[in-house]
Amino acid sequence: MIAPVVGVLFDGFAYGMLLFLLSVGLSVTLGMMNFVNLAHCAFAMLGGYVTVTLMEAAGWPFFATLPIAFLAAALASVVLERVLYRRLYRASELDQVLLTIGIAFISVAIAAYIYGTIQQPVRLPSYLRGSFTVMGVSIAVYRLFLVGVSLVITLLLIAALEYTRFGAQVRAAVDNQRMARGLGINVDGTFAVTFALGSGLAGLGGALAIEIIGLDPSFALTYLIYVLIVVSMGGLGSIGGSFVAATLLGISDMAGKYYVPEIGSFLIYLVMVSLLMWRPAGLFGRR
Amino acid sequence: MADMTGTALAPQLYLQAQARWRAIEVAFWLATLLPFVLLPNYLVLASQIAITALFALSLDLILGYAGIVSLGHAAFFGLGAYTAGIISKFGWGEPLSGLLVASILAGTVGYASSFIIARFRHLALIMITLGLGLLLHEAANSAHWLTGGADGLQGVKIWRLLGRFNFDLWGYTAYAYSLIVLFLVFLVARRLIHSPFGLALRGIRENSVRMPAIGAPSRSHIRTVYTIAAVIAGVAGALLAQTTETVSLEVLSFGRSADVVVILILGGAGRLYGGLIGAIIYMVARDQFSGINPQFWYFWIGSLLVAVVIFLPNGILGGLAALAARWRSRS
Amino acid sequence: MSAPVLSTRGLDKSFGSLVVAKNIELALPKGVRYALIGPNGAGKTTLINMITGMVRPNAGQIFLGEDDITRLEPEARVKRGLVRTYQINTLFPDLNALESVALTICERRGVAATWWRGLAGYREEADEAFEILSSLSLGSVCYRRTRELAYGQQRLLEIALALATRPKVLLLDEPAAGVPKDESAELFRAIAGLSQDITVLFIEHDMNLVFRFASRIIVMVGGRILVAGTPEEIAADPRVREVYLGEAGHG
Repeated sequence: MIAPVVGVLFDGFAYGMLLFLLSVGLSVTLGMMNFVNLAHCAFAMLGGYVTVTLMEAAGWPFFATLPIAFLAAALASVVLERVLYRRLYRASELDQVLLTIGIAFISVAIAAYIYGTIQQPVRLPSYLRGSFTVMGVSIAVYRLFLVGVSLVITLLLIAALEYTRFGAQVRAAVDNQRMARGLGINVDGTFAVTFALGSGLAGLGGALAIEIIGLDPSFALTYLIYVLIVVSMGGLGSIGGSFVAATLLGISDMAGKYYVPEIGSFLIYLVMVSLLMWRPAGLFGRR
Repeated sequence: MADMTGTALAPQLYLQAQARWRAIEVAFWLATLLPFVLLPNYLVLASQIAITALFALSLDLILGYAGIVSLGHAAFFGLGAYTAGIISKFGWGEPLSGLLVASILAGTVGYASSFIIARFRHLALIMITLGLGLLLHEAANSAHWLTGGADGLQGVKIWRLLGRFNFDLWGYTAYAYSLIVLFLVFLVARRLIHSPFGLALRGIRENSVRMPAIGAPSRSHIRTVYTIAAVIAGVAGALLAQTTETVSLEVLSFGRSADVVVILILGGAGRLYGGLIGAIIYMVARDQFSGINPQFWYFWIGSLLVAVVIFLPNGILGGLAALAARWRSRS
Repeated sequence: MSAPVLSTRGLDKSFGSLVVAKNIELALPKGVRYALIGPNGAGKTTLINMITGMVRPNAGQIFLGEDDITRLEPEARVKRGLVRTYQINTLFPDLNALESVALTICERRGVAATWWRGLAGYREEADEAFEILSSLSLGSVCYRRTRELAYGQQRLLEIALALATRPKVLLLDEPAAGVPKDESAELFRAIAGLSQDITVLFIEHDMNLVFRFASRIIVMVGGRILVAGTPEEIAADPRVREVYLGEAGHG
């Protein structure tokens, strides 16, 4: 009786963790520079395709591809940041939206050109496949792995933000950019590094996501909406907020599709709009 | 202290000159009649362009003039389209009254949601408009009994226009009808832009912080313009439903909301003809490239967006205006 | 002394642990020219923000004449004649000077929501806008876009916008900020020459201007009013010398 509910909760939580990995970078960079980067999921998609290519074409093991997925996304983001993004830090959000959605469109087209529009397969190592049952609840090994990885990354992020010098600079910049600059913090440099890290995490998330939500060229746009929901609900620049929002979204989306499939995504959009009306700055936002 | 010298024009004459019809405008509208004579095979496309231009014009009022970014404007286009389609399905196919009902409904929903819209700015506003658009799309998808869901609305039947003109396969009636509606709405929009209210909208766009300090009720202005834009978008949607006699879920999709933003930005936001020029270029290009893979279409649209933002921040019309100004100052 | 046109009672405001206003009590009689001075971070601009409704105080009340306006929206306060200018130009970059001022007049006359009638039909509004601009020597540049105006002209346009609302009380936040010395004296002469019906409170750092143009000076330090008095009293006050005129002395 209770087992299916717990099963849905667990799957939803694992899904939420995935959304968290995909969105946390955007949340921090948005909080810092107020730069609306709608190409964020394009970096995630890049990570996914890097993993697929390395495994299929070069025969790499799954785990070995993950750091490369991270690095590739981080590197691509640095290039774009240097060439295009930094021209628009003081521009209107409309210009930022247009530029970055343009980049997302281009990434979709390039992915379709190289890989076609089909779903990409990922062959997991045998020990990540299958599932086991605990007290009647079926737990997929991969989802458990995903939850583990995400929790470790969350803890690392929080620790880095709280206890390192770099983390203190990031917090200061998110808190009050002008004051941070006044204190002699190199906000642009801090932002560039944070941006690369956040995009790298998205790339890692994209690689880990293939098994759960698949990978095709529309990824960059489809999951953008989910990521934006997480970011706006959690509050800009708040890691804890993103974590809670991603968990809520993952569980409610999974539960909605499981119990009331006929209304589709109606529920999560409704939740998002009502939440934003209640708290425009998100659950944990301060602005 | 007062210096009257050095001013060429009295204020009122200056304002009159601002609102005067220019020769190039007259030429533009005369040129819209050319397809009847020169391109009779493209009248269906021409009517689609006119409808898209009308939709872009409605977005221009809120985005171009008042600076309110919306990623969910298709909501009102779709409302208009479904309203016109559904009343014809239930036996009332008279086009003009259908247009009226559709615009009233879209306007009512626009007015209701304007109370939400006017409270937000920046990212929250983008997310709210996006969310409301997605919400309506999902609602129409779920309400299969009313909208036909993903299969589209079946059985739309439109009567003769004014009881005389049949909606023919070649699009004569469709284009004439769409063009006349576009022109009439354009006249209203043009008047609005040159009115005190139009000035207030530009004030909101230019500096929303200053507006309350000069005693301006920005929120109430935003509610008004958002409602007007919703009415016009509803008219555009209804025109599409009536001239094609089909309504699909696509009229409410995020893609349509994004396309109209692209069209307006391409042509030049905040310029009356921006949406019109953008619609012509975009729709003709899409028609010409319809044979290619839609993914490549996205590639060009994406590159175009990047190029416009980096090189042509005021769209094609803005770029032309800058060129003209440079040329004039040189000669 | 007549009843004050603008007064505050016990205004408090803090951002987190930072107290920017503590028990602020002001009273401005009709037609006066008062100066508000104090070191950077004393809370002067925040006080103007509170009085004009841009920032909500944590406690206290604001009165315009007899009326409690503490909860009124900023634009409603402007309608009642309580108007401010900004220290940093807060203008409409793409509108020209005439349009900016005409917009303000249309708002004042309640015709700014009219969308079915051309602006060219509002002759009185346009003429009044031109008159205000001319009186501030902006007549010859009134068709130039704000972003193309010289900095000093933009400072004047700040004041023109405020005047176009027909203010009863005018709060000027460093009207001469960034303006060269010789021009700033001229700007203050224009302010001093305003109708005696307008009550003025201005923030200014240049002590020469303050002592020349203010009939009374209010000194703020650390979110509190330290002392208020005539220029002579302030100049002689040892506390003011200590915290404010400190090392520089006055003059």
